[in-house]
Amino acid sequence: MYSYLLPEFIVERREDRCIACRVCERQCANDVHAYDPELERMVSRAEACVGCQRCAVLCPTGALLIRPHPAEYRPNSSWTREKLQDLKKQAETGGVILTGSGNDKPYRIYWDHLVLNASQVTNPSIDPLREPMELKTFLGRKPDTLEIDLDNGGVKIESALHPNVPVATPIVFSAMSYGAISYQAFQSLARAAKEAGTLFNTGEGGLPKEMRAAYGGNAIVQCASGRFGVDPEYLNCAAVIEIKIGQGAKPGIGGHLPGEKVSENISVTRMIPRGTDALSPAPQHDIYSIEDLSMLIYALKEATNYEKPVSVKIAAVHNVAAIASGMVRAGADIIAIDGLRGGTGAAPKIIRDNVGIPIELALAAVDKRLREEGIRNKCSILAAGGIRCSADVVKAIALGADAVYIGTAALVAMGCTLCQKCYTGKCNWGICTQDPYLAKRLNPEIAGRRLVNLLHGWSHEIKEMLGGMGINAIESLRGNREHLRGVGLAEWELDVLGVKGAGE
Amino acid sequence: MLVKRCFASERRLPAKESEACGLFGVMDITGKRFGGEMAISAMKNIKVRGNGLGGGFAVYGLYPEYRDYYALHIMFQNKMAKEQVESYLVENFNIVYDEEIPTNPDVNLFCPPLVWRYFVAPKKKGEEQALSDDDFVVSRVMYINTSIEDACVFSSGKDMGVFKGVGFPEEIAAYFRLAELYAGYLWTAHSRFPTNTPGWWGGAHPFSILDWTVVHNGEISSYGTNRRFLEMHNYYCTLFTDTEVMAYAVDLLMRRQGLPIEVVSRIFAPPLWDLIEHMEEREKKLYSTLRMVYAPLLINGPFTVIVAHQNEMFGLTDRIRLRPITAGAKGDLVFLSSEEAAIRCVCPDLDLAWTPRGGEPVVVRQGSRDHLLSLPESV
Repeated sequence: MYSYLLPEFIVERREDRCIACRVCERQCANDVHAYDPELERMVSRAEACVGCQRCAVLCPTGALLIRPHPAEYRPNSSWTREKLQDLKKQAETGGVILTGSGNDKPYRIYWDHLVLNASQVTNPSIDPLREPMELKTFLGRKPDTLEIDLDNGGVKIESALHPNVPVATPIVFSAMSYGAISYQAFQSLARAAKEAGTLFNTGEGGLPKEMRAAYGGNAIVQCASGRFGVDPEYLNCAAVIEIKIGQGAKPGIGGHLPGEKVSENISVTRMIPRGTDALSPAPQHDIYSIEDLSMLIYALKEATNYEKPVSVKIAAVHNVAAIASGMVRAGADIIAIDGLRGGTGAAPKIIRDNVGIPIELALAAVDKRLREEGIRNKCSILAAGGIRCSADVVKAIALGADAVYIGTAALVAMGCTLCQKCYTGKCNWGICTQDPYLAKRLNPEIAGRRLVNLLHGWSHEIKEMLGGMGINAIESLRGNREHLRGVGLAEWELDVLGVKGAGE
Repeated sequence: MLVKRCFASERRLPAKESEACGLFGVMDITGKRFGGEMAISAMKNIKVRGNGLGGGFAVYGLYPEYRDYYALHIMFQNKMAKEQVESYLVENFNIVYDEEIPTNPDVNLFCPPLVWRYFVAPKKKGEEQALSDDDFVVSRVMYINTSIEDACVFSSGKDMGVFKGVGFPEEIAAYFRLAELYAGYLWTAHSRFPTNTPGWWGGAHPFSILDWTVVHNGEISSYGTNRRFLEMHNYYCTLFTDTEVMAYAVDLLMRRQGLPIEVVSRIFAPPLWDLIEHMEEREKKLYSTLRMVYAPLLINGPFTVIVAHQNEMFGLTDRIRLRPITAGAKGDLVFLSSEEAAIRCVCPDLDLAWTPRGGEPVVVRQGSRDHLLSLPESV
């Protein structure tokens, strides 16, 4: 524990309700609560509390209230409480301040400044409960045209096609590796993806062998800078292969799974010795240029007989449009762009909060650039980083995405409360931990069901929004900025988004 | 098209118009030519579907004496535009014959422009000799439309022509003296009801490129997606109406990529995934591939369209049939229209009248009875 720090949260216990059942004590991996046998009541150490609300939710008598600690330094717009606390932590340790999940700073959220269209009079809106409404989406490279043979009395396609993977709804689970998250959480995502007809992403931690037969067909397997868990079977069991170049939460930064988390099963899956740190270098050391990327893309295609689309994932950075264009020309079938608000299991706070650009602007710029170069059809675009609800999905597709990745939203569906302590390995919700005592709190059947429910609910909402716009197939929304208007945005922002202001 | 023009931001694009319309098409499948009376009376019958802000006709088999030359119908809003266009034409074409299209000055219309016709053959130079004549003509037409102010090419095909303007269709017909002067084996007609813009002569239907003409009713909710895809193929939309998108999509798919109408109609109005799932393997592969590759050309939202070119016409409505289309047949004559009333008005003793299913094309071809293929599944 740090000295000189104010606690982040205050734990208020209503003594008239507490029955000293000690549920809170058992649920808290941070040892906030304890039973004092002499006083015969529960006591709390608020300074250890991360505000995950597990105890408050599970308290059978509703005796606990956890809220941000109201203590304040003298108000100062420049030197905020957060800045002061960070300084004190670093003065004490000399280290880099770590954090988890996505950027929580008040950068403009463009989704909240975009509004959608609906049909009135000249064009009927469509009721998805009565009329067909289609969300099916294909991820992969499309040809410029089809060669069609009309001779033999029928129509036959002559062109050889690039592999494409269908998803039933344009929502895909983001990369979250086994190791960063628990086996249970990993399995929940896999189950849900399979049931809902979409994909999950293994992240860079490999795919446990026993899951390959059942869930490989719904997996995007990552090949990242650490190359953990990559073997021919891993690549060939998957639906899509993804080369991870960067991550929105930490562009330019590698990863570090501490040795304590590398259990037996993780060591087997990642193919590293048990208890060793799993270090992912910042760059892929065989990719120092676009030609190198192309070589890896084709090496992976060779390894899988050109049967799988290869995705390349990058963080949204300043020059994202030009980079994306290079990636498509290098042979990427899918490009995944992860924005400023993308999540992480662990990242230096200074990086998470300051590096990268918002996904909305990056996505619009990439889509425009690829169209101007006439190569938009040669790849699918997956947008990631801060997709919070179905309206964000619709807006992302209207800005040019083929589908979106959701990470944080899926974690929240499983129980996460964004306490940002993923890097401690003490997730009380059993999601971001390898402690078997904590991890078994998450039942893959129940968590998987919650994820399927989420996809179902969002898909239905998307259908309602599409119907309102008079559209009955999601492909007719893609890049269709005519259905978006900006509210409260500056000229340059509207220009980058390619969207008119409301009323224009 | 074939003219690359980029706005600094797509935000600057003018807003798209929306409109509702009346359509009519009639073709003699033996290729016999006939006058414009039927098309004109049919349009009068469905007057309520227009509001006098646009009407037009496309006629095929129009100039048999010049059938080997591209017939350019060009509108000029002032003398200067005409001079500019003519010096451009002289540079790029051998002009065989030209004249002002005769009009009836007694018909009182809103700001009629000067409309002239030229019969031309391409004059290709240097690298352009590798281009097909059609591609050459398309690029020249697009140049005039995008780069010469106050001029607009109404049509540019062989043995056909478009007459259009601001007014009710029967007024346009009277102005251009269609009933007295012309005959053709295929007529399409359009009456326009724009909801948000005043009429402009170039903005009336039919829209045309080469000998393709499109008359269209509807508001395409996938306009933004369609337009962006076409831009990738160098079709630059300048008129900002839904119909322009349809015309270019037809040109891209049918002329440049050589796909037949039956396939193109499945691209514009594809079968639902639920149906595709239940098809036999070969069809399943065909339809899922078409949907996958041409997803950006799915035409969403309510539409009915009649597309015509040499010896062929087809009608199509959107896949959930949000706009009406009716087909009729009497002897060698085949009719398509927004309303059965318009057909019955000009041909009271029809052999057949039917309403095709949503997304099911009615294909009318010279010398064939393909139009009847849509009959068994009609509504």
